[in-house]
Amino acid sequence: MVTTPIDQTPLPGVGVRYDFTTEEGLRLGVVHHHSGRRELFLCPADDPDSARVTLELTEDEAHALIDVLGGSQIVETLSVLRQQVEGLGIDWLTLDPGSPYDGKTIGDGRMRTRTGASVVAVLRASEPHPAPGPDFRLLAGDTLVVVGTAEGIGALGALLRTG
Amino acid sequence: MHDQALLWLELGGLLLGLGLLARLASVIGLSPIPLYLLGGLAVGEGGLVPLVTSEGFIEIGADLGVILLLLMLGLEYTASELRRELRFGAAPGLLDLVASYTPGVAAGLILGLGPVPSLFLGGVTYISSSGVVAKLLADFGWIGNRETPVVLSLLVFEDLAMAVLLPVLAVVAIGGSPGGAILSVGAALALVALILALASRHGETAGRLVFSGSDEVNLLTLVGVTLVIAGVTEQVSVSAAVGAFLVGIGISGEAARRARTLLTPLRDLFAAVFFVFFGLSTDPAAIPGALGPAAALAAVTGLTKLGTGWWAARRAGVGRHGRARAGAALIARGEFSMIIAGLGATAAGAGSGRLGPLAAVYVLLTATLGPLAARFADRAPGSRRGGLRRRPRVAGRRG
Repeated sequence: MVTTPIDQTPLPGVGVRYDFTTEEGLRLGVVHHHSGRRELFLCPADDPDSARVTLELTEDEAHALIDVLGGSQIVETLSVLRQQVEGLGIDWLTLDPGSPYDGKTIGDGRMRTRTGASVVAVLRASEPHPAPGPDFRLLAGDTLVVVGTAEGIGALGALLRTG
Repeated sequence: MHDQALLWLELGGLLLGLGLLARLASVIGLSPIPLYLLGGLAVGEGGLVPLVTSEGFIEIGADLGVILLLLMLGLEYTASELRRELRFGAAPGLLDLVASYTPGVAAGLILGLGPVPSLFLGGVTYISSSGVVAKLLADFGWIGNRETPVVLSLLVFEDLAMAVLLPVLAVVAIGGSPGGAILSVGAALALVALILALASRHGETAGRLVFSGSDEVNLLTLVGVTLVIAGVTEQVSVSAAVGAFLVGIGISGEAARRARTLLTPLRDLFAAVFFVFFGLSTDPAAIPGALGPAAALAAVTGLTKLGTGWWAARRAGVGRHGRARAGAALIARGEFSMIIAGLGATAAGAGSGRLGPLAAVYVLLTATLGPLAARFADRAPGSRRGGLRRRPRVAGRRG
């Protein structure tokens, strides 16, 4: 399991910065802009305060890079968790624009009753909303963290797309 | 020529000119604000090509620009960011307030502007331009820098301080009996506190009430609500600007993010008109007299900002180069200094007429020299670009 500690710093009006120092002594980090844009940066060893190499990534490019690097820390941690609880799945479902649940509450969809899978957290503009209640209103672009059986998660995904 | 034809020709020519200035600014890597101001001076009375028919339109456009600038400032930060700032950033924020407000007031008194215009001059020298600073951080690639949260946190504190200062200054500007003024200030501050408290608890609900699915509906509703509130606050003599700012603070969460995207082009257009109007309504003949005092004031308050940024960054454990960058980034003043000077120009007091030219030259100097100082801080000896010196890998440290 990965143990590199990652510092998280809020940047008011901009987004959130995540960074850590590599074994080579370089500070490496990512800025998540509120707009969804990602900025990757690297600081030299002799001036760890200053971002020298910066790279802008779109959301798709960021996902591509994650794939190439072999999964994020969170995903690895969760893969361990999944093995521990047999038969329990966890997944991230994005609420696409045009979904019938854009602007509806979780309770409106009676999601757990109909699919058996629960929404345990909602990520909105990279801010987590843990344990949302039935009156939590979903918006297009939200990422739903759902837990359930594989069938349940599949059913919930279909529900989000087509109602 | 028809008046109508002349109006469109003048306005079109003006906007075209501003477009060229903005392009020039982006080529030389500076903020366009000082250039817009100079453009305004050129088309004002006694300038190079005085405008004849479009001045009335520009004046209304400028008022709209002020309202949109403050609405966007209110929308800029979420309630949780404001709360966090009050909890953790109060010490540097207060230092910033004392170090950069006082010189303005002192200069006003020394120049004999009188007590009320001096209070406004303090506001002019206090507020850094969040527009110029944000652009500078993005252009120089400083977003990931370790001192950047320090800079942003000072800007958030100034934003909060604005919420308190603006209503107070607006009440002071009207004058009247001290008792009545204290009462109005109290009422204004209570309103601000109420809105902040409501925003932090129900900001997302407020956002949902204003917002629906369609961008068109959102734009019309938001601008409509803002103008109504602005009108109400203007009617009770607290200035439309304050009302717009409070609307911005009142909306938070997802709605605020969408509102920012919707309003940005509108804000850019009318803010440019506001900068032009500020230059246009400044008497070019008063500029030479304001040069000396404004330069001295810019030097002093440039140093106080530098010192504030240095101290705040050191407190956050940032190295020497980062401290210099943090200080230099804060030097630029801009849109909000001009809004405060505009409010002050309507204030009672013999010296209020001199506030405009002084503020115009002051903003010209700081908005131009601030980013230059920041670039210099970045290239200072010992902070060369490039050259990532690596530490050798320690074998077997992991695993």
